[in-house]
Amino acid sequence: MAASIKPSRVAQRASWVAVLWVLPALAFYALFALFPMFIALYLSFTQWNGLSPAAWVGLQNWVTLFSDTVTGHALLLTVELMILSWIIQTPLSLLLGVFMAGVQRYRSALSVFYFLPLLFSAVAIGLTWQSILDPNFGLLNTLLDTIGLPGLTRGWLGDPTLTFYVIVGLISWQFIPFHALLYMGGARQIPGELYEAANIDGAGRVQQFFSITLPQLKYTIVTSTTLILTGSLTYFDLIWVTTGGGPGYATRILPLQMYITAFQNEAVGYGSVLAVLLAVIGIMLSLILLRFTGFTRMSSQREGL
Amino acid sequence: MQEKVSRRTFLQVAGGAVLSTSLAGCFGVGSSQTTTGNSSATITIWDIRTGSEQQVVQSVANAFNAAHTNIHATVNFFQNDPYKQKLQVAMGAHNPPDVFFGWGGGVLKSYIDANDVYDMTADLNADPAWKNRFLPAVMSSVTFNNKIYGVPNSGMQPVLFFYNKNVFNQYHLSPPQSWNELLQVITTLKQHNVIPIALAGGSKWPYLMYEEYLVDRFGGPSVFDAVFNNQANGWSQDAFIKANAAIQQLVSMGAFGSSFASVIADTNQDAALVYTAKAGMMLQGNWNFPVFQTNSPQLVQSGNLGWFPFPAVEGGAGDPKNIAGNPCNYYSISKTAKSPQNCVTYLKDAVLSDDNVNKLIALGDVPPVQGIESRLASSQNGAWLQFNYQMVQNAPHYQLSWDQALSPQAAQALLTNLDQLFLKQISPHQFSDSMNKTISA
Repeated sequence: MAASIKPSRVAQRASWVAVLWVLPALAFYALFALFPMFIALYLSFTQWNGLSPAAWVGLQNWVTLFSDTVTGHALLLTVELMILSWIIQTPLSLLLGVFMAGVQRYRSALSVFYFLPLLFSAVAIGLTWQSILDPNFGLLNTLLDTIGLPGLTRGWLGDPTLTFYVIVGLISWQFIPFHALLYMGGARQIPGELYEAANIDGAGRVQQFFSITLPQLKYTIVTSTTLILTGSLTYFDLIWVTTGGGPGYATRILPLQMYITAFQNEAVGYGSVLAVLLAVIGIMLSLILLRFTGFTRMSSQREGL
Repeated sequence: MQEKVSRRTFLQVAGGAVLSTSLAGCFGVGSSQTTTGNSSATITIWDIRTGSEQQVVQSVANAFNAAHTNIHATVNFFQNDPYKQKLQVAMGAHNPPDVFFGWGGGVLKSYIDANDVYDMTADLNADPAWKNRFLPAVMSSVTFNNKIYGVPNSGMQPVLFFYNKNVFNQYHLSPPQSWNELLQVITTLKQHNVIPIALAGGSKWPYLMYEEYLVDRFGGPSVFDAVFNNQANGWSQDAFIKANAAIQQLVSMGAFGSSFASVIADTNQDAALVYTAKAGMMLQGNWNFPVFQTNSPQLVQSGNLGWFPFPAVEGGAGDPKNIAGNPCNYYSISKTAKSPQNCVTYLKDAVLSDDNVNKLIALGDVPPVQGIESRLASSQNGAWLQFNYQMVQNAPHYQLSWDQALSPQAAQALLTNLDQLFLKQISPHQFSDSMNKTISA
């Protein structure tokens, strides 16, 4: 009997059912993610205040984009936020996560505490920190005064040179525990034999860290980096609630500039231009990250074991 | 041979059935439109008042509901700054509340132009007792093309200086009546490590009060009118430059302390500075009086909370009796309200009715209602109330807050530029250039 090339009836029916399973999620994604993107693209060619009907203006908004210094500044701030977030969060989370992976007994209790900042809404965190950082009645300045360091008190959220870094600090406070958990999970999967072999060969702890732990954590680092970079590109809530983009333009990153333009300035057309810009940057970033880290190849780190 | 239904097939079919049922729930198949209480029409009202004023609004609504069994009024309260965005988004989606709180001026006009606001001129004209209840001066902010789109719902809100008499007495100071006297008071307070003036810079709109008063004192009402009427380069007028220079002089002197840009008004942190004696004075709207009463009753009852109008500026062209602030707040009716007549009934019977007026007077508010002088004089905070009422009565010009008078885009640009001006990031000339760009031809 000749071999049949057609897939078996079971396989055919299975693939037909697979499409059916995917359909609701696909429909949802198309309706709430793809469709609005095309609407935003359409709106970027109009002038609309959100109330009266939209008026078609062609490329006018896009031309304005190139001479807009506020948006340029917002873009610079966003890039700075992305870089600073990575530089601060990755080393700290790495060290914390690897440390936590070793200590057995308190791990589960401490994991709960670590997860708490992530469970709070960004608005709640923002409002609470705004209260703590209040220059006159807030907890931080009052504490500094009480322990005899009044010189360290500042207008934390009002000083134009300081506010941005305070915000970076708050974001790090919120997300370092999460990334530490990622690294902890990754570190616990490293086989103990590697460390035993290294001990026998006479490697110290620092050498073991750089030669064994870091390379084995490669894909965890890639995951964490992707999350940090794409997250800080689009982060909005915390910054909006604590400073609203101020003082002046000190914390007006691109997502905030987009919101302020579209809703506060009632220029939804130009705001859509910024939205499309943000989406394009995000897509390009994801593609670059996937390409250059070899994430899609998913090569194993455990050859020879 | 009969085919037995395999476990896999059974699970597939069952899973598919569950999924499609839940999908049906998503798309509302078979859900019915439930009405809470079919016999009563519901009207929703959005408001922003907090604290004791909120309680007054709520009690007035409850009394209305008890008296009118066929209408049920529900009031939802929001915080000031988020409310402005929320209302705008609701308007844009053509899904606003039946009755909404507002300040009149340019923002209301943008809603009227978008055909979202109900014209109540006919209802007012049909009931002269209702129409004549209000002081004519406050109706101009809601009247466009001789049509009226809102009615007052709160006290009049001029902006004035509050001060802590304990602090002033301690350093032998008296309320300044001129700009130079104000500078002297600031210098003295600074020497004694008291923040001379509390300023909620974090919220940005308190900056407007200084700009409005200084521009008026230097050049009179015609300066802002030119800008409002879209005169080219209107923002470069001399009065603006002088006012902005004066503002930066205050900042350089340390009149606002060093951390004014972090203080937030929505949580009344600036008033807190005054009643805890960390600051001496505050230029704010008179709606802060209930804040002082609630948070620091002893200060108010012992008569140690004082007030004075914005001082005259030597050599200025503006009348020192001119005031700025909000004439008052208004309720307007949305075009999408299912029953405008029910909303009109609520506005007629509940808003600034005798009961409402008495409760507001007890709180220290001054409603823009005719013929209440004797009630003000005999009430608990008589001196405060009469001061406000007379200040409004005697003012040749009452300027509406600029962030409500201007179009939203210009208003936002103004707030950001003021922010930079107070932080000394831009000069007065750069401010004028930047604002001139917002004047649409």
